[in-house]
Amino acid sequence: MTALQRILRPAFWRLDDWTSRVFGAAWNPLYNLGALGFFFYWIVAVSGIYVYVFFDTGVTEAYDSVAYMTEDQWYLAGVMRSLHRYAGDAMVVVMVVHLIREFSYDRLRGARWFSWLTGVPIVLLVLASGITGYWLVWDQLAQYVAIATTEWLDWLPIFGEPIARNFLAPDALDDRFFTWLVFLHIAVPLLLLLALWLHLQRVSQPRINPPRGLAAASFAALLALSLVVPATSHAPADLAMVPTVLNLDWFYLGFYPLLDLWSHGTVWVTAAILTLTLAAMPWLPPFRRPAVALVNLDNCNGCARCAEDCPFNAISMERRTDGKPFDREAVVKGSLCVSCGICAGSCPTATPFRRAGALVPGIELPDATLATLRDRLDRTADPAGQQVYLIACEHGVRPETLRRPGLAVAALPCVGALPPSFIDYLLSRCGAAGVYLAGCAEGNCHFRLGDTWTEARLERRRDPGLRKRVPRERVRCDGFAPHQSVRLRRSVETFLHDVRELPTQEIPSARQLGARFGRAHGDGGVGSP
Amino acid sequence: MIRALRYVGQAAVLAAFVAAVGFFSGNPSFRHFPEGEALLKVSFSHGGDRKVECRKRTPEELAELAANMRSALDCPRERVELRFEIDLDGEPLYQALLPPAGLAGDGPSRVYERFALPAGRHVLDLRLRDSRRSEGFDHVARRAVEFDAGQSVAVDFRGGEGFIIR
Repeated sequence: MTALQRILRPAFWRLDDWTSRVFGAAWNPLYNLGALGFFFYWIVAVSGIYVYVFFDTGVTEAYDSVAYMTEDQWYLAGVMRSLHRYAGDAMVVVMVVHLIREFSYDRLRGARWFSWLTGVPIVLLVLASGITGYWLVWDQLAQYVAIATTEWLDWLPIFGEPIARNFLAPDALDDRFFTWLVFLHIAVPLLLLLALWLHLQRVSQPRINPPRGLAAASFAALLALSLVVPATSHAPADLAMVPTVLNLDWFYLGFYPLLDLWSHGTVWVTAAILTLTLAAMPWLPPFRRPAVALVNLDNCNGCARCAEDCPFNAISMERRTDGKPFDREAVVKGSLCVSCGICAGSCPTATPFRRAGALVPGIELPDATLATLRDRLDRTADPAGQQVYLIACEHGVRPETLRRPGLAVAALPCVGALPPSFIDYLLSRCGAAGVYLAGCAEGNCHFRLGDTWTEARLERRRDPGLRKRVPRERVRCDGFAPHQSVRLRRSVETFLHDVRELPTQEIPSARQLGARFGRAHGDGGVGSP
Repeated sequence: MIRALRYVGQAAVLAAFVAAVGFFSGNPSFRHFPEGEALLKVSFSHGGDRKVECRKRTPEELAELAANMRSALDCPRERVELRFEIDLDGEPLYQALLPPAGLAGDGPSRVYERFALPAGRHVLDLRLRDSRRSEGFDHVARRAVEFDAGQSVAVDFRGGEGFIIR
């Protein structure tokens, strides 16, 4: 599996990069695949409701009603029918690319198994929704799909009468069958919606709506396709004849030719193996999980910032258990924690200025403690004040490859794991000329929200924000996929040049500020939430 | 200029996307059934005789049963398996023993088979044994059928009517 990922991942790095250049990170369709899937689902739902108004459930009436929509009312019902089909096809495309992309980035193992596993029935339900839809037109394609599907289902020894007998001869089929099909074609997509809801249960702030501009452009493109190439039907179904040449919708019906080539049992076994393999992927091979975040109650004031920032809903705020005068305390659910450290980055007690005691924030990763990070940064302090610190995400460019005089580097599981007070600390205490934060890729954070929260903290739109006293021009934040080391090197060089051109600026130390304001400023002890 | 190029790029990507969606939504076409052939479907659902003949219960046996269970006949549920054969133009096409459905073997036997045949006139010899006999057949029929290319012809069986062409 990892060999396949090694092949696919660089391809996606480049594709992501290219689409980001064209669309920008926020609009990048590859960063919005799930949201686009939802958007196409809603187009299918709305157009389906409109088409249903004109649809007639009857052996001959079904085809005639679809023909009426396609030919007589082509300008609205016909367009709706085309949108219904093409948005459904687009949904399959984004779903498959989403699946392959998440696999290639290995975003399926550890605590992320749940989203992957619940995605497997979504694939099956999307296919079932489309296949039942093709039956309803009751043209030759519908006849082929209906007979091939029922013959395939009949291989399972669970049906009394062979279902395919319903299509034995023209007089075998009755109108009630279409009523049953309409029910299926509505019930399966509703089940799909339920599965989609389940799919998102373990991610916080899921992106279910694409940016408006991207949504509008995608809709316009599908509308144009519907007008230029309207969806049409084959000839009416005739059970006395065999459909011979068919224009399959390869997105939904791509595996049907296998039913002609292989035995039904072989197709069932293949489908079962593929489904089970897909479902088992989060455990192939078993994932060695890094240590999960730990709460230090002595330093937790129950402010809930960690719970709000956790990208995977792994932190909940519970009733206080240690008798301290706070209402709540953070509790980490280990099975949901991906060890990104974003919680440590959000903790107001995670301040390196604290010297009175050991640097133990309210929450942090035991394998990447902030005390260790501070010690490492202290050791590289530059009294001349010309050094730039590059703090890079472990899932982006490997920072060690960029080492050079005047550049100190450190890696974190995620840039979101760096509390903004560390930037202040580097500039005011370690003699840094500047701090460069390199995330894994703008809009494509390995831990979903690390880059978003970092940007918001730097812009002081989200707590804990970067202090006002920190000169913003000495801090830069950007995202670089692992293959973009040259671009990062160039960007860092430019930054080095820029910050050295800046007039020397004395950043008042915490002690100086404390003296100025008559209080200990920035000691970062446990305060009120 | 760069912004304009980006818009052009975005339009090109979306156009390529919907072009691919539009194309693969109905292309390339697929030939499901060979040209110049016809389809014969054979399917029926029919219960054979009971495997063991019903037996009249003795007065002593009836007396041992609860009042509401005193049926005069003792009829074991299990049915015989059907022997079904088809010859096409004098050559064997299909031969099968069709077991009864159900855990107790008391349901109807079922068959659903399809055969692609060259178009033209064909003679079908259909034979079915649904009784406890060990030799011969209970239902025999010969049907000459004209198969047009692409036509689908179904052979069904109903207890009261025998073999029927649909």
